Amino acid sequence: MAGVRDMTGLTTPKSTPALRTVAPEERSHEVDHPSSLVALFGADKPLKLDCGVDLSPFQIAYQTYGELNADKSNAVLICHALTGDQHVANRHPVTGKPGWWETLVGPGRPLDPARYFIICSNVIGGCMGSTGPASLNPATGKVWGLDFPIITIPDMVRAQAMLIDHLGIDTLFAVVGGSMGGMQALQWTVAYPSRVFANLAIACATRHSAQNIAFHELGRQAVMADPDWDHGRYGDKGVHPHRGLAVARMAAHITYLSDAALHRKFGRRMQDRELPTFSFDADFQVESYLRYQGSSFVERFDANSYLYLTRAMDYFDIAGDHDGVLAAAFRGIRTRFCVVSFTSDWLFPTAESRALVHALNASSARVSFAEIETDKGHDAFLLDVPEFIDIAGAFLESAGKARGLKAPTGG
Amino acid sequence: MSMQGVLPLSGFSGGERLAYRPDHLLVASMVERGSKVLDIGCGDGDLLQLLESRGIDGRGIELSREGVNHCVAKGLAVVQGDADTDLNDYPDDAFDYVILSQTLQATRRPKTVLENLLRIGRRAIVTFPNFGFWRLRLQLLVGGHMPRTDNLPFTWYDTPNIHFCTIKDFVQLCDEIGVKMERAVALDSYGRPLRVAMPWWFWNMFGEQGVFLLSRAEKGR
Repeated sequence: MAGVRDMTGLTTPKSTPALRTVAPEERSHEVDHPSSLVALFGADKPLKLDCGVDLSPFQIAYQTYGELNADKSNAVLICHALTGDQHVANRHPVTGKPGWWETLVGPGRPLDPARYFIICSNVIGGCMGSTGPASLNPATGKVWGLDFPIITIPDMVRAQAMLIDHLGIDTLFAVVGGSMGGMQALQWTVAYPSRVFANLAIACATRHSAQNIAFHELGRQAVMADPDWDHGRYGDKGVHPHRGLAVARMAAHITYLSDAALHRKFGRRMQDRELPTFSFDADFQVESYLRYQGSSFVERFDANSYLYLTRAMDYFDIAGDHDGVLAAAFRGIRTRFCVVSFTSDWLFPTAESRALVHALNASSARVSFAEIETDKGHDAFLLDVPEFIDIAGAFLESAGKARGLKAPTGG
Repeated sequence: MSMQGVLPLSGFSGGERLAYRPDHLLVASMVERGSKVLDIGCGDGDLLQLLESRGIDGRGIELSREGVNHCVAKGLAVVQGDADTDLNDYPDDAFDYVILSQTLQATRRPKTVLENLLRIGRRAIVTFPNFGFWRLRLQLLVGGHMPRTDNLPFTWYDTPNIHFCTIKDFVQLCDEIGVKMERAVALDSYGRPLRVAMPWWFWNMFGEQGVFLLSRAEKGR
């Protein structure tokens, strides 16, 4: 998400950057002292993790936009994707870039802070202020590293529910998310069916596919193959496995796009040169673009956190938690669903969304589903795709009416 | 058997009569309040909206993205899908009624679709353009070209309607697959029920649309 995004969603670097080391102090400040609100959970409120560990103490960093109304009926929880964070609609404290979902959240947007109380928290295991492997382990005084317990998507949602309790909110008007955020949104309805009025699940699935697990494993192996990774103890030495993490990001980034989008944006064009150099320089624009994506990512993300969060997605399988019957997970729910997929998304293809919709239909849930035509790939959910924004807006609007929410004054 | 005669559109307010198409009002009058309905090919969601306003729990399937967008904007639960391919994924007895309005003639396998309707729903309501309507017959007989009317404006080479049938053909299909016809109504060019009790050939000649309420044939029949 770094760099200058154009309408196609692809960023073009000015020149090919060299991969560089990140000073540890650049990273650690947001990890322990985030530039956002923080909820602290002490020894009396441990987070019960799926792996059997009670995590305590821990903290959740979050942002809010808008005001909670008197009857607390206008709260919307946004769940971020793998490398996202709580900075949905404000300037990012590390990169200085605009919020990552300003196409959907903001004045005049489907999620308008004038109407909704919008909450977004950094997931547990993240590196932007919620407790994760980059945080200090209070028991040792050192960075957690691989001593941090393995977390799952249900764990992320459990932590969010504790935050929502902490904010004094019983029922969320909506839970909204794309990709890993969509997985969390679905898990919310599965775990707390009565606490979610409407669910907007975008470009996601009810389980991680074998191909997606394979891509994640590729990324993790790239991180672990970096000598600076040092079995996750790089924090003690003040280094960061930036080369491995950059390669992981480059590989992952390809899966977020599409063949058509890459061809449209870069084709076989050369970067700042007319002829091939007959070397392994970034001759092609697409190479330069990928290197830029890799190097800018390591400036804002912790390598161990990347391992943990990809693992959480791999383990996600709603049907697996319900004797293999997906519809059983949604039995009797009253939440309104809107499921959206994108035609060129090959990471979470439409077939995955259809499987979800069929299960929801089979459990008599109230569900709308739209497949949006675009060549922008999985990343389309983060971009200005008017048809998607319209659908999301229409769904939230009608759900808002059903919930009895008033339109923003003066709007 | 002859078609049932007059089906008075009772139970609708004057406002409803103005706001909704007569064939939609007719279909809505066949659905019991409080039941659960799947409308296949629900278009812009007008019929679903009418049904929901009558206390019916409605769901829709629509092929076009535009249609889905309109429906979602109206707060309707509509999924994008295809009657030919997606009905197999619905469980048995999921709905009280399944409605197929002006869509049967555009499906690739109308017989399979019809069988699916009565698997998913206890009852089905099917409406379709009657290709035996006298104007269509006349155009083919006298004009010698594929018929086109206000309700069927497409040229033969770009029409979505690939499986036209007459009321007579449809009745035969229902007999063939053992479907029970509970009600049958023919509509005129304005979508109003023909108000005369007449034999089948008359409906097949003067009805522009057929509207059928179907149920599963009882076992041993």
